[in-house]
Amino acid sequence: VKLELVVNGAARTVEVPGARRLLDVLREECGLTGTKEGCGEGECGACTVLLDGRPVMSCLVPACQVAGRAVTTIEGLAAPDGGLHPMQQAFAHEGGAQCGICTPGMILAAVAWARDRASAASAGEALAGNLCRCTGYTRIFASVASALDASAAGDGP
Amino acid sequence: MIGTAPTRVDGAAKATGRAQYIDDLPFAGLLHGKTVRSPVARGRLRGIAYRPGVPWEEFTVVTAADIPGVNAVVLIEADQPYLAHDVIRHAAEPVVLLAHPDKGLVEKAARLVELDVEPLPPVLTIEGSLAAAERGDAQYGSDNVFKRFRIARGDAAAALARAEVVVEGTYETGAQEQLYIEPQGVVATASPAAGVTVWGSLQCPYYVHKALGPVLGLAPERVRVVQTVTGGGFGGKEEYPNVIAGHAALLSWKAGGRPVKLVYDRLEDMWATTKRHPSRTTIRAGFTRAGRLVGLHVTIDMDGGAYVTLTPVVLSRGTLHAGGAYRCDDVTIESRAVLTNAPPYGAFRGFGAPQTIFAIEMHMERAARALGIDPLVLRRANFLHAGDTLPFGQRLAEDPGLDRLLDDALAALGPAPAGEGRGRGVATFFHGSGFTGSGEVRLASRAAVELAADGHVRVLAASTDIGQGTTTVFAQIVAERLGLGLEDIEVVTPDTALVPDSGPTVASRTSMVVGGLLDGAAADLRAAVLGPRAGAAVPAAGFRAAAAAYVAAGGTARFERQYQPPPGVHWDDATYRGDAYAAYAWSAQAADVRVDPLTLMAEVTDFAAVQEVGRVLHPVLAAGQIEGGVAQGIGWALYEDVVLKDGAMANHQLTNYILPTAADTVPIRVVFHEQPYAHGPGGAKGIGELPMDGPAPAIGAAIADALGVIVPRIPFLPERLLEAVDAAAAAAAKTGASAAPTGRPEAPTGAGDRQ
Repeated sequence: VKLELVVNGAARTVEVPGARRLLDVLREECGLTGTKEGCGEGECGACTVLLDGRPVMSCLVPACQVAGRAVTTIEGLAAPDGGLHPMQQAFAHEGGAQCGICTPGMILAAVAWARDRASAASAGEALAGNLCRCTGYTRIFASVASALDASAAGDGP
Repeated sequence: MIGTAPTRVDGAAKATGRAQYIDDLPFAGLLHGKTVRSPVARGRLRGIAYRPGVPWEEFTVVTAADIPGVNAVVLIEADQPYLAHDVIRHAAEPVVLLAHPDKGLVEKAARLVELDVEPLPPVLTIEGSLAAAERGDAQYGSDNVFKRFRIARGDAAAALARAEVVVEGTYETGAQEQLYIEPQGVVATASPAAGVTVWGSLQCPYYVHKALGPVLGLAPERVRVVQTVTGGGFGGKEEYPNVIAGHAALLSWKAGGRPVKLVYDRLEDMWATTKRHPSRTTIRAGFTRAGRLVGLHVTIDMDGGAYVTLTPVVLSRGTLHAGGAYRCDDVTIESRAVLTNAPPYGAFRGFGAPQTIFAIEMHMERAARALGIDPLVLRRANFLHAGDTLPFGQRLAEDPGLDRLLDDALAALGPAPAGEGRGRGVATFFHGSGFTGSGEVRLASRAAVELAADGHVRVLAASTDIGQGTTTVFAQIVAERLGLGLEDIEVVTPDTALVPDSGPTVASRTSMVVGGLLDGAAADLRAAVLGPRAGAAVPAAGFRAAAAAYVAAGGTARFERQYQPPPGVHWDDATYRGDAYAAYAWSAQAADVRVDPLTLMAEVTDFAAVQEVGRVLHPVLAAGQIEGGVAQGIGWALYEDVVLKDGAMANHQLTNYILPTAADTVPIRVVFHEQPYAHGPGGAKGIGELPMDGPAPAIGAAIADALGVIVPRIPFLPERLLEAVDAAAAAAAKTGASAAPTGRPEAPTGAGDRQ
């Protein structure tokens, strides 16, 4: 099917089978390889993107469901001049990223939670769908807290 | 620079999604590969049928008959074929390789390949394997035993016969999946004309380099291996990439040199690739009534799976760590690793040591209960100190400071938890840094620094950054030695065409051993550039100016160092005695648990990890190593249950193999004691594996504290706890409570106590 969607603020038209995974549309049609595949069954969260601002696992979303909607991937989070989003800055500096394969999805899930903290009781619950095998999560929480501090100081997220 | 926490060098690339992993890289004319695997654990391959349904003429198909070189994965031995051709030794064993430009079509084609296999009776347990060999049906040697070790000091039998109290127990650990979040993956191009190049997610570029020549029949100089950004390894990408790289290269070779990508999906990765060795350890320990350890006899069995792979060295590290952090003059440790028809077990953080440390630490808990002595008091009474000698003859020159480590671990947690189902436990242990025994001498690793024409310094080593921060720490070490900033240092991506062989990225050796080589090479560069000023503090601008003049004058730009053991460090392979490791890291961990009285579900409520790892090079990265290792240890202890079917993992998907999530996370309180190590860069020792050793026994001790029973087998699932509680109750009813030597109930039976 022919789909029109907005990816990282830019309108795009793609022609793909309707059941194609959003993950494949992003990686293969749009060349946005920052979205990762970890398990292909919605358990690990490495493929998390924001669909109309809410986190979804893109391996579970068929392309036909995103027609006319807005997708934000990790590539769309930094400022147009390349300046890192506070959440990205915090993950890079505070040890929230080690091997980095869960990092794009983890950052997007954290950004979504930071924007709407009423949506989950805690960062732990909000990020429970994003698996990390490197950090034990301690420094992921430290990164999120640091980004929130930075935004309280007036520069994001 | 050393001891500070600059933003990791690759942090921004990873946080923005710019970092390119193997599946992200574009290759023109790419073919997608797929592996067809044996459905049975053991058998004889009679034929291969390709059923209609795909245009087979478009496919590249490789079987054992197509291999141009030797059909063997070169590692310690050459017993494992790249592709089974006659005998099948395990479920998921590779038999046929397929490639096609259409990824969907190659998946479909794989389902149309029919393997005609005559099943043979598999051996799926250690006992079954030994019994089959007795019957004359051995699959390795005459006895199915891959390797044996024996350490004997003094006379353990006599000491146990004399001991006032002898305590015996058996402890079992299950397999564990590394579960790097990026699955195994490589891309290869290979042809007789161009040689072979492999790009991939891997820990050890030179292991793959060494393996590819023989299978393709190519000379080493025609083999090139390039590491791509690697999404976790934990040992799982130590030896397995030899297999997947060989497969991709064989497909490319048959396809005339077109690039072939093999990236496993999660199901295939979990079903087919290596896991932590399952183990069973039986300990007899003799004590005085006052709690002095006077005799120790340990027997260790590990399940090696179907091929040798790295099992002998895993067993060796496990054997050397089996005596624990305790002094004992009369010790015998005997170990063996046995073939079963399971996919080969392999490297996983800790490499055999977590298994045997679990056993000795749980046994100290059991002994404390048998003796009626507080477990902390019993440990302290037997801790190793300066001047003591380890069972294999290594004398400790410096005091490990175990008492202070334990004090701080307890202090970090505060008052002990009270209430039903609450408990606290500790584990105290060491982990040897670097390759075992003479391993580092044999590796003879090399690493170099090079002054570029524009004045920046290039770091040349094959050691990979798999998330632990190698790139950042290497840059720190070299920058510190040269008085430069991190921005002046470029750590070259490991590529065997560009970097010397600094050995594999394993064994807690990268910072200490390879970092040490780079520190030395940088010192040589500094001396050459600065001449008589090298001993004085020279600001970065001064070094840059001197470097520019030095380059202009045509001075040697590249300085390489090769490993030399520190003075006085010697290991004898023939007697299996000596200095097993150049250095040891030491740790005390403490866990608080809550066991639900109704469901017997155990959870960790607080955790402390206190360790002496020499100088900490980068506090944020170092703490990240400890926290991540502890989390993996908690997973192994509580959740991660590899269920085997026909020897292979039955629950091979993330839906039913349970990892710790962000919602399960407990505080992990990390404290470092820093005793600078004279032969490590900036004073550093190894750190990566240490934290994996403690959580299982610390949690086991806390469960014993909460329930009054020893649960001798991990993971500590509710049904295992119930089994132990029921067994303790049955034993108490049978013998009467007065027979117990202490006020605390003791559970001498249960799954792990079978002899």
